[in-house]
Amino acid sequence: MKKAARSTAPERNPVGITTPTYLGMPKFPKLAAPELRNPVLRHNLQMATHTIRDKRAQVVGEVDDWEALRVDGARSKDAALNNLDEHLEELERNLQKAGATVHWARDAEEACSIVVELVQESLGAPAKYSEERSGGETSWGGGEVVKVKSMATQEIELNEALEAAGISAWETDLAELIVQLGHDRPSHILVPAIHRNRSQIREIFDREMGKVGRPAPDGMTDEPAQLAEAARQHLREKFLRARVAISGANFAVADTGTLVVLESEGNGRMCLTLPETLISVVGIEKVVPTWDDLGTFMQLLPRSSTGERMNPYTTMWTGATPDDGPQDVHVVLLDNGRTRVLEDELGRQALRCIRCSACLNVCPVYERAGGHAYGSVYPGPIGAVLTPQLRGTASPIDESLPYASSLCGACFDACPVRIDIPRMLVELRSQVVDQHRGGVPSAEAAGMRAASWVFGNHKRLEGVQAGAAAASRLFGKRTSISQLPWPASAWTQARNAPTPPKESFRSWWRRTHEEPRS
Amino acid sequence: MSTAREEILGRIRHALDGSGARTADTAAGPVGMTGAPTPGSTAHDAMVERFVEVTADYRAVVQRCGPEQLAAHVAAALQAYGAGRVVIPPGLEQDWLSASEAEFVIDDDVSTEGLDRCDAVVTAASVGIAETGTIVLDHTADQGRRALTLVPDVHVCVIRESQVTPDVPGAIRLLRPAIEAHRALTWISGPSATSDIELNRIEGVHGPRHLHVIVVAG
Ligand code: SF4
Repeated sequence: MKKAARSTAPERNPVGITTPTYLGMPKFPKLAAPELRNPVLRHNLQMATHTIRDKRAQVVGEVDDWEALRVDGARSKDAALNNLDEHLEELERNLQKAGATVHWARDAEEACSIVVELVQESLGAPAKYSEERSGGETSWGGGEVVKVKSMATQEIELNEALEAAGISAWETDLAELIVQLGHDRPSHILVPAIHRNRSQIREIFDREMGKVGRPAPDGMTDEPAQLAEAARQHLREKFLRARVAISGANFAVADTGTLVVLESEGNGRMCLTLPETLISVVGIEKVVPTWDDLGTFMQLLPRSSTGERMNPYTTMWTGATPDDGPQDVHVVLLDNGRTRVLEDELGRQALRCIRCSACLNVCPVYERAGGHAYGSVYPGPIGAVLTPQLRGTASPIDESLPYASSLCGACFDACPVRIDIPRMLVELRSQVVDQHRGGVPSAEAAGMRAASWVFGNHKRLEGVQAGAAAASRLFGKRTSISQLPWPASAWTQARNAPTPPKESFRSWWRRTHEEPRS
Repeated sequence: MSTAREEILGRIRHALDGSGARTADTAAGPVGMTGAPTPGSTAHDAMVERFVEVTADYRAVVQRCGPEQLAAHVAAALQAYGAGRVVIPPGLEQDWLSASEAEFVIDDDVSTEGLDRCDAVVTAASVGIAETGTIVLDHTADQGRRALTLVPDVHVCVIRESQVTPDVPGAIRLLRPAIEAHRALTWISGPSATSDIELNRIEGVHGPRHLHVIVVAG
């Protein structure tokens, strides 16, 4: 429901809905503390981030002009965002021409109710069902859908909405299956179950699979191949009988109406091919202007993400393909705070993100804290800048996120679409300070508030004199931190300084697990 | 009451109009496109060799052969996997199958369960990408609808050397007509795989666990 006439009011676009899971979460340092004391998580995370980081470096090194690709990726996304309205209208036209139905959702709630209704319709739920739903008891036995890993549907907590309507949503990506069966939350964009080791996974499969379908085979060991085989068998019956699938999309091509999903396991292809109805929830920032732009992104994304020259499977589909795959095709275009991010000239960059997770894998804070500490489906450096913008900085978790960084700059260097995350973090920190003061902060208050969390203890560490020197140089200028030209030359030097030894970093972290001092 | 569509478009205009963002799209120059070498040249052969190497890197089986050996290679591949019942797309060249003893089922809207009872599928391809070891299917008559190459556990894929192109942007250009005709595309780089358990790579989760590529001269 529209609240006020937009044409006259200089009001801002609404932020997205903070879904119930994350609403009451404490600040980042509180959330990080237990994760830091979890040795399995820390070991797995470190192994994962370093392995993927090395693979990425190798395949990126193979490309003659990686920098030119990055520049072109940023160009394409900027072009899409600068005229986002036109590109979305073009996308919509081309989707409709190809037989798809396009829906628009202002926020999470609207997106969920659109999807729930579409699912009910396709599964033949009684017409009145959605009205009765609020009353609780119904006679409809419910139904099921299969799902391809999608950040957008996690963001809007679609599974919970479906469940409330009596519809089981089966995650089919192996890692998502582990997370779902373990009643858990994802901790990494790319490998969401990275916080679980093989024996934990075996236990989860053994205990949970039988409750929701084909049980794990007797005598299954914790050999990864056996665990994968158990997942194959468990999910196969679900794929073969599924009538509705729900996906996201990595890219939506405006000039052709094509949606693109990259994956590894084949679960995506199963969902995108076998059911009769396909519903894709696509953030409005996923649009790229032209088909040719995929020539760049299909190089950038696999190499940045899994560190492969190419991921095993990619499906590209344009509406409903006659006699091939789902014939009832729906696309839900989702705002949920994205138009708010679009308002900010600097913050807008975050909408270029192609969710490759390269910035997570190079981040020293993520590597130690893990994904859960970020209190959002978007963890790591990109989460620290995207979440507070999407949801605003009103809740404790969201206002602490811009501080979850050492500003080392590694995320920018890794980012395939050149998002200047460090600069945005500094900007967001000053916004949080403003909010507390209820006005424009003194330059020093902004700087010192930011410094209190990041640098306050950091500079006590042995061997981090470079960081401390940079900090004092940075704040010694007595200017608002957000106005500093970036990267400041002093800071550039600090980025090349050796990172602090792991043990002392950890002890630093432990000492800081209480609330940031004000 | 305005619709969600109007309201979102309105929000976008509100965010962008007058902000200096409204620059026209700058034309994309394809980045990393090298241009395909002439078929038959040494450069072309080197590119095909690169395609073979990179595809094999994904633990796919890759063979090169002349047109006269193709039927024997297809037969040997199917036998190696013990494939007795093999589904084929309706437009597949029947000559390719002439040396095989397997039972061939021509796809005529075979049910998913029916496909699940097939051991293997044999198809042609649309484009091969040397730099990434990728095969692209555009699902025309000699490749069949998408489910064919998804449900059976073995995919034997025949690609002609002339279909191999050096790089991704080149492939994207070649595929535009298929996309404009609203065909679906499947990009395949090795067999199905996961690294979700402690980052161990495991071949074969839901898609075909075996990818067997035969690159035929011409
Ligand atoms: S911010 Fe950049 S590096 Fe991080 S996930 Fe997004 S695209 Fe990848």
